[in-house]
Amino acid sequence: MKPAPFVHHAPRSVEEAVSVLAEVGHDGKILAGGQSLIPILNMRLASPAHLVDINRVTGLDGVDVGPDHVRVGALVRHAQLERHEGAYAALPLLRQALVNVAHPAIRNRGTTVGSIAHADAAGEMPAILVLTDGVVEAVGPQGSREIAALDFFQGPLETALAEDEMAAAVRFRRFAPGTATAFAESARRHGDYAMAGVAAAVTATDGVVTAASASFVSVTDVPTVLDLTDVLGGQQTDAADWSAAAEAVRAHIEPEADIHATADYRRMLAGELARRVLRQAAENAAMTKGSTSR
Amino acid sequence: MSDVTTDQTTEQLHDVTVHVNGVPRSASVPARRLLSDFLRHDLALTGTHVGCEHGVCGACTVLVDGQPMRSCLMFAVTAQDHQVTTVEGLCDAPDARPCATGERMNPVQQAFAECHGLQCGFCTPGFLTTITAYLDEVPSPSEAEAREAISGNLCRCTGYQNIVKSVLRAAEIRTERQGDADPAARHTGSEDGQGTVA
Repeated sequence: MKPAPFVHHAPRSVEEAVSVLAEVGHDGKILAGGQSLIPILNMRLASPAHLVDINRVTGLDGVDVGPDHVRVGALVRHAQLERHEGAYAALPLLRQALVNVAHPAIRNRGTTVGSIAHADAAGEMPAILVLTDGVVEAVGPQGSREIAALDFFQGPLETALAEDEMAAAVRFRRFAPGTATAFAESARRHGDYAMAGVAAAVTATDGVVTAASASFVSVTDVPTVLDLTDVLGGQQTDAADWSAAAEAVRAHIEPEADIHATADYRRMLAGELARRVLRQAAENAAMTKGSTSR
Repeated sequence: MSDVTTDQTTEQLHDVTVHVNGVPRSASVPARRLLSDFLRHDLALTGTHVGCEHGVCGACTVLVDGQPMRSCLMFAVTAQDHQVTTVEGLCDAPDARPCATGERMNPVQQAFAECHGLQCGFCTPGFLTTITAYLDEVPSPSEAEAREAISGNLCRCTGYQNIVKSVLRAAEIRTERQGDADPAARHTGSEDGQGTVA
């Protein structure tokens, strides 16, 4: 339960970090909060020869709330984003999801960008990035590029980042006025990996649903977004066909069985959670529509 | 055997200084030294316990710059120059008071003693650090909040009932002590400290 030996690099800038990555190739790994990486190292499921510890890089710890986005730097800890009032006001879904990320002690150290770069389908924040149609800001030796969330996640623990690139920040897109969100997950114990989780966004005008979508935790290989506007659009927010939405969710997801839950149970769970979060988001969208004209 | 020797001698060592319980402590360690092992093996501060070594059990929780974190999920090299408080440092808190044995206990330690919040004691250091930081944030939690606050720490003995009681009792003791002057503080610099807020 101790990591294998590695060479520790402590760059002071993003440029320095990616130049080390370029040198060491696939044997290098970025270390930010380490709350996913260090368990893997301790269990020797991975043993990279080089760790590029970015904790001393300056300028990566900012949360910026813009008119369209909430931008989160690579060293922003989950707890910092969770408590950020500006980010909560702009995009309540962030806090709604973040309080479900492991336990406070993990959130104090783990970073939101790190959990996205880790690309675990059981992680909450990858699901939030796709539901908000977010963007990953990748930096490599040749400069920076933007990767749309849906292109970023390529498989379990696999991303579109090249060996010599790091995720320097992510941008969560803010929803259109009249939109409300909700998040729920079910785990064997509070703070454990969820057996299933669902994030929902519902937009309403005058009590009628105009758009609805959902994304998922632990029941798809990569984070995906299910557009439910066809299923729920045009219906009253207090009397929409939630069962049809739950059915669409059950048909969309591809849960797998493990020692914690069968695939069928996860499917049932995701459908039920979807019913609840969609209804909750719709109710809130109907209530908040008057105050979202800013 | 010779391979192992070679590995150990070729692994690069880093001079790491961490401010532990207010004192700068240094050791020369390989990059892979976990903060938990740095505290226990290199600094001989064995109050921090190591359970699962993958962040689940919470026994190794220490305060890094005042915030609870898993010392098994952090490298000593990353903790360079940061402030770490271990269970050994809790008795130096301003609201720690001498107990019957003459040793000092902070409100959480006192509450665990009063409420029988521990049995074997293995998980206790992680609970004490976690709850100490939590009460700084939420000074008078409800029972439900107390349960939530300790949800990241595993105890296999108590069934948690007495730990929840301890959290609530610790909040009371903490409040009681806020108005009180520390009797031990009279011996050191009492003139300047008189009348300041707790």
